Amino acid sequence: MTCLPAHTDKRLGLVIDLDTCVGCQACVTACKGWNDQGYGAALSDQDPYGADPSGTFLNRVHSYQVTPHDGGTAKIINFPRSCLHCEDAPCVTVCPTGASYKRSEDGIVLVNEDACIGCGLCAWACPYGAREMDQEAQVMKKCTLCVDRIYNENLPEEDREPACVRTCPTGARHFGDFADPDSTVSKLTRDRGGVPLLPQLGTKPVNRYLPPRPKDRPEEASLLAPLLDIKATGFAGWLDRMLGKLD
Amino acid sequence: MKPAPSVILFTTLSGLGFGFLALLGLGLIATQGWPAFFHWAFGYALAVGGLLSSTFHLGHPERAWRAFSQWRSSWLSREGVAAVATLLILAPQALSDWLGLGWGQGFGILGAGGCAATVLCTAMIYAQLKTVPRWHHWTVPATYLAFALTGGLILAGTGLWATGAALGLGLLLAYGWRVGDSAFARAGVDLASATGLSGLGLPQVFEQPHTGGNYLMREMIFTVGRRHAAKLRTLTLILAAGLPALAAAILPVLPALILGGLSHLAGAMAQRWLFFAEAEHVVGLYYGRTSGKS
Repeated sequence: MTCLPAHTDKRLGLVIDLDTCVGCQACVTACKGWNDQGYGAALSDQDPYGADPSGTFLNRVHSYQVTPHDGGTAKIINFPRSCLHCEDAPCVTVCPTGASYKRSEDGIVLVNEDACIGCGLCAWACPYGAREMDQEAQVMKKCTLCVDRIYNENLPEEDREPACVRTCPTGARHFGDFADPDSTVSKLTRDRGGVPLLPQLGTKPVNRYLPPRPKDRPEEASLLAPLLDIKATGFAGWLDRMLGKLD
Repeated sequence: MKPAPSVILFTTLSGLGFGFLALLGLGLIATQGWPAFFHWAFGYALAVGGLLSSTFHLGHPERAWRAFSQWRSSWLSREGVAAVATLLILAPQALSDWLGLGWGQGFGILGAGGCAATVLCTAMIYAQLKTVPRWHHWTVPATYLAFALTGGLILAGTGLWATGAALGLGLLLAYGWRVGDSAFARAGVDLASATGLSGLGLPQVFEQPHTGGNYLMREMIFTVGRRHAAKLRTLTLILAAGLPALAAAILPVLPALILGGLSHLAGAMAQRWLFFAEAEHVVGLYYGRTSGKS
């Protein structure tokens, strides 16, 4: 049934730290790799080695240039974009077949691929572009929060988190339960002022993005600052004083 | 949004069909015997043909029957249920008219309500989407209903009634385009709120996340032909409203019906093409699209 659950016991999701993400695309390839061999239809590619390659991905990393409001030097922000497992997920309610659903136990939004007719309306309803229709299987694919990893007792415990989180070399991605105020993701969101995306559309996303920390201002503090105040001694000091007098 | 031919055929043909069936159901086209048979058959052919063409854009049409199950939450499901129910409810009326069974107008009146409900559901599939600000407006269901009514009146050969409806449709189209053009700006969404980076400064796309195309770009960031929008709007007004209104007012019934009907259908298809091609999806923001630019 594609009505949304009134309450979910857990609210599993991701915190993505835009301060530490370096845009290496490791999460993109880890996601593609894991989802090529386990849950549901594999993520296909079309013309992968040809002139016009494209394929299905559940995670894409954008790069934005952000210019401060008061002028100053622009920064490059790497921005991973994937399903935010919304509490009020419009992709679920528009589904005509019941293939799209949100789990009441942990809030993960999933697609039952056997019931998906491939109409694409759920992808239209999602503001975040989190759903892509697989061109090979002709069913809708989306982030499963690696539901086949996080509860998988055949995996070592440290691997029981989404592939993108497990692989991130800078620790920019965190997985946990937002319904638990003491979880890492809840604490990070509180401490760092985590934000939802497009809150005005009423989707109530679970995932949060941590804004980048303010960086050094180059015009205020030179990188050479520790070297600028050195007083030469001995012969170099005498030479320094003598040359100074020549002005 | 990508204007898929199957969806343009579906919405225009089934809209026209249900408009015509509604007038037959209400008994506004008085026919008996074989003329009644052909009238009803024509209405059913349009409606069913449109519905069938909608399955051509599905990835798995063989599972389409599942789409009747989620009417509690999904407008697409409601549309399917309403369409089939309406076609079933109208069947006894069609039989009664054809064979002169004298079963009154009850089924027809109920079915006419079903026709309106079906067209409304079709429109709500689009109007419900907050992600496409141009569609998230009352003018969308009003336009779909106006097209069904106008098309029905033209095909029914109702003369000045058809003229009036066509002129009303033209006004509604012009108003819809006017409010639609500023819909994206009014929705108050931009790259800053899409990325949550507003506190840091003004974000712009530095580099795209992938060098090739993808499903999102092909399906939702469709921009081809927007520069012809002004010409197509004029053409739509002339074909869908102007010519049929004139034909219905001055020509005898049969030529008015054929010329007006064909012109109106061509205009409806042009309007529906624009309806998709001009609609901008919020996800385009992530790829650097801003309203009004293509």
